[in-house]
Amino acid sequence: MVIVFQSKPSLIAGGVVAGPLEKRSIFSQHFDATYDDERWQMKTNEQGHRKMVEEACEFAMKKAGVKNKDIDYFMGGDLVNQMTPTNFAARDLDIPFIGLFSACATSISSVIVASLLTEVGASNLALAGASSQHNAVERQFRYPINYGSQKPQTAQWTVTAAGYALVGKHHEEYPSIEAATIGKSVDYGMDDPFHMGAAMAPAAFQTIQSHLEQRNQKIYHYDLILTGDLGQLGIKLLKGMFVESGIKSEELKPLRDAGAEFYGQDETFQSGASGAGCSAAVFFSYVIQQMRAGTYKRVLLVATGALLSPLSFQQGETIPCTAHAIEITMK
Amino acid sequence: MEKEQYKQLEQNVTPNPPYFKNVAKAFLVGGLICTIGQAVSLFYMTFFDFTEATVGNPTVATMIFFAMILTGFGLYKKIGQFAGAGSAVPVTGFGNAVISAAIEHRSEGLVLGVGGNLFKLAGSVVLFGVVSAFFIALIKFILVTLGVVSW
Repeated sequence: MVIVFQSKPSLIAGGVVAGPLEKRSIFSQHFDATYDDERWQMKTNEQGHRKMVEEACEFAMKKAGVKNKDIDYFMGGDLVNQMTPTNFAARDLDIPFIGLFSACATSISSVIVASLLTEVGASNLALAGASSQHNAVERQFRYPINYGSQKPQTAQWTVTAAGYALVGKHHEEYPSIEAATIGKSVDYGMDDPFHMGAAMAPAAFQTIQSHLEQRNQKIYHYDLILTGDLGQLGIKLLKGMFVESGIKSEELKPLRDAGAEFYGQDETFQSGASGAGCSAAVFFSYVIQQMRAGTYKRVLLVATGALLSPLSFQQGETIPCTAHAIEITMK
Repeated sequence: MEKEQYKQLEQNVTPNPPYFKNVAKAFLVGGLICTIGQAVSLFYMTFFDFTEATVGNPTVATMIFFAMILTGFGLYKKIGQFAGAGSAVPVTGFGNAVISAAIEHRSEGLVLGVGGNLFKLAGSVVLFGVVSAFFIALIKFILVTLGVVSW
């Protein structure tokens, strides 16, 4: 079921900070800050990860001219076990908080929850977003950072970035959230953790299709349909699914993927970027800025997440994935 | 779209791993590492009191030392991405597996972190190496006892 927001909550501001490698991102000029030290001068990767979340939130609050005591709710998550970086950031931010896990789709699931809180009148201002820190995530899901294993071309690179948006009551001068679709957990039998794009594409397809159907829209109604982190192969697969469902490939022009574009054509990153911070960083910097500049009037943001764990992979399970979408418009 | 149909699409879109290129790169880098190892062996035999039978231990230790330096400076993972099995199979790859785990888990302390995780990746290499060495030795012992081969 699509959620239609009568009150059209707005994205008042976005805060995005990123790590050293992310300076190479084609979106880096839109970020609020990039840092040379991926640990943010902290002792561990996880502490650096926490600091990154706090700084992204600080930027969002600063832009809106508010302080943490003005914020009603903090919704967010990351990919580390038990989400300690976000949980610990919540401790320091001192705002009522629920940690959310939809893997890399958390950037949007958190905005959906924040929008619902706004819609029912429980929240005037809420912080929502997600983050990932390359080293902290790699060590958990794959191998130690310095282990010399060969990653296949299908692999993606977990970005070091945090993106948070400030969701508030409707204001005409800000991009507003008209509708949202919460995705199902979709499993097409893919089982390769080095080929996440292939696992996630069907989830993105189902969510976009269901959103368009229930909103009675076509792809051309959108200036941009931006998926989170399908990567270069994943976005090809998503387009392939649309073509097989009978849509002409020239109609698919608004369809883009943040992960595929994130690092440009740099082959160091194989199939592109991934991670909860990938979609959050692009959605809450580039997209918000472009909408405020009037480049895009109607955008569908679709964050995709692979719901696996290292344990589930070792036990031979396939990878269920999800995709959550929000429809944002600008007058 | 059905799962089978999607699998077909996925196979069409996903490029095949460049097997030939990978094998060639692994051969070259693996060969280079072994050549360096041979040079180290000759060095010990020429300048120190080692024979072909005893030079293995100092050579392996030296090669692991090289791997440690390269891992510490973050270079071994780059070699690994290029060479694949070429840098994973030689003893330097074993060293890299141990050392990278040690660096990784330093933040959890020396006992629970480094100590507890040192053999996280290399543990199965040690286990199956020792087990297969035992069985190979057993087979040889039987063959020697039967008089088929000699020690």
